[in-house]
Amino acid sequence: MSEHLDLPEIAWRRVSPRYIVVDMVGGLIFGLFVVGAGSVVAYFTGLSWLWFVVAAIAVVFVVTLALTPRRVRAIGYQLRDDDVLFRRGILYQRFVAVPYGRMQLVDINRGPLARALGLSELKFVTAAAATGVVIPGLAEADAEELRDRLVALAESRRAGL
Amino acid sequence: MTTFTDGEWHRLHPLTPLLRGGITFVAIVGFLLYNIRDILIDMLFGGRGGEGEPLVWLYESEYFWLAVLALFVGLGLVIVGYYLAWRMNTFRITDEVVEVRSGILFRRNRKGRLDRIQGINIARPFFARLFGAARLEVNVAGQDANIKLDYLASSAADELRREILRLASGTRVAEAQARAEAEIQTDAAGAPIPRSAAVSQLIDQRVSELLAPELDPGLAPPESVVTMNVGRLIGSLLLSGFSVFVLLLVGGIAWGVAATGSYLFLIGVLPALIGTSSFYISRFTRSLRYSIAGTPDGVRIGFGLLSTSNETLPPGRIHSVQVTQPLLWRPAGWWEVKVNRASTSSAKGAAGQANTTILPVGNLDDVRKVLALVLPDLATPDSVSLLERGMLSPGGDDGFTNSPPRARWYLWFSRRRNGFAMLPGAVVLRQGVVWRQLTVVPQARMQSVAVSQGPVFRLLRLASLRVHTVAGPITPSLSAVDSTEAVRFFREVADAAILSSSTDTSHRWRSGEAAV
Repeated sequence: MSEHLDLPEIAWRRVSPRYIVVDMVGGLIFGLFVVGAGSVVAYFTGLSWLWFVVAAIAVVFVVTLALTPRRVRAIGYQLRDDDVLFRRGILYQRFVAVPYGRMQLVDINRGPLARALGLSELKFVTAAAATGVVIPGLAEADAEELRDRLVALAESRRAGL
Repeated sequence: MTTFTDGEWHRLHPLTPLLRGGITFVAIVGFLLYNIRDILIDMLFGGRGGEGEPLVWLYESEYFWLAVLALFVGLGLVIVGYYLAWRMNTFRITDEVVEVRSGILFRRNRKGRLDRIQGINIARPFFARLFGAARLEVNVAGQDANIKLDYLASSAADELRREILRLASGTRVAEAQARAEAEIQTDAAGAPIPRSAAVSQLIDQRVSELLAPELDPGLAPPESVVTMNVGRLIGSLLLSGFSVFVLLLVGGIAWGVAATGSYLFLIGVLPALIGTSSFYISRFTRSLRYSIAGTPDGVRIGFGLLSTSNETLPPGRIHSVQVTQPLLWRPAGWWEVKVNRASTSSAKGAAGQANTTILPVGNLDDVRKVLALVLPDLATPDSVSLLERGMLSPGGDDGFTNSPPRARWYLWFSRRRNGFAMLPGAVVLRQGVVWRQLTVVPQARMQSVAVSQGPVFRLLRLASLRVHTVAGPITPSLSAVDSTEAVRFFREVADAAILSSSTDTSHRWRSGEAAV
């Protein structure tokens, strides 16, 4: 009887499937690093139970990697007339609505791999640190167009803090 | 009469260098005098005291006059430095900005937009109060985003605050002129103090300023809407969580001494005693002269007994309000009110914490008055009764959408009080049955809204809500809400936030009146 949160009337815009590659490679590198470091420690200390910890961490990373495509597909956003809606997460779902007038600035970030694939990440900053809306995996041209549009919208709806 | 708001550059109070460097300066002079006294005694009576002391050694060495010369040159440099710093520290107030220039070698220029002002604070440290000076601080949003004017003549600071608020409010000139004519004549900082003024008159003025930290009766009703009851203040301190901690500590030490028979445990007592008593004393003196009053340009809150601070928060600068009641306060019916603000003032609030506690302790009636001041839009009878139910009601069907029965697995006791309600212009969140807590977020101030759900809540068909406001002591959130209700809340709040921020004019809070 489990039931996902949903806003059925929203036609969500999804991020580029290429972002799956970026996310997976990033996760893979980080996972290899952590597991490698753990293995080194386990090898040199010779503590056998440490190997179980390393194995458990490795399993967690593998599961996370396997779920990456679904997780990326779950990211969605929609520009409504007066606000941005954002969602992400499968197991831990989160929906955020940010009115345009509340946006203080819009960031575009590009990591090395994302840049190679022509992707950008868009980050909205409001006066509240907890807002935390980051849309990854946008095509570069889209991201810039979106940013300009958002800045224009925010300007036209500017109010006090 | 000099007005500061003419757009020209002005200087601060001529005593600024003394007040800024004051205490260190006095300490150094005191130290020197104390040591020189020995030397003078030596010179007069030919005795030989204080063999090993550095000054005595210096006095007897051949470099003595060189050292004296160096001392005077050093002193001269310091004085010249302070003087130059004062000369170079200028400020101006135009229709749009407050601007301060300072620094001798490293110039610094800080500009704050008037429509972004989050609060204006007038602080009077005890030392400065003796000289009739005050520090004016214009707070704009952000960390360390204060424009400080230290120091100004006390009355000039009050006048300047009034003028800045007037400019910021967006009221137009006609009203301003009418007011300007009614201005009281005041000594402006930097203007020569008339020598003809009798000394006694000056002393009278100082004394009256010292006795009445609530200056400027023209701006606000002189009496605060809430009077701090001494007994209640002491009671609230004794019944605070900190006191429980102190009791546990004392109990622990007593047990330790009794069990081991050694008095080793008592070593820690003295510093702890000093720490706790200074906590109580500072909290007590901060809150004893607490005052809150509504003015046309916002809520004015005063704290402090010896060093006072007095802050004006223009309308629409309060990002959320929280009313809480710790368990120990419940028999007495006391409450505490806190707010989230976009700026951080350097002046301390009730307990030396950031200046966010706007009612250190008060009964229901006091809370009612404070809420009416800080949330004037919610002063309608319907809203007031809902807020009071939010504070007092044991839960159930009382206008709040509470957590469903299946949430009891997560909220063992407080399920029936864990809920939200929508008022015209604000969102109300209620939590806690042991520690009662009510949070109000004006819709025009909320930054964004979120709803989230993890795996456990999914099984229970529950969700968490979070309203994002600027950072502060309050985090408006609610967990274990029915998931369909949560989605409904999300939709409604998202729409309401847009609507109220589009009609909100509080950044120029009196611009509406200007059209008249």
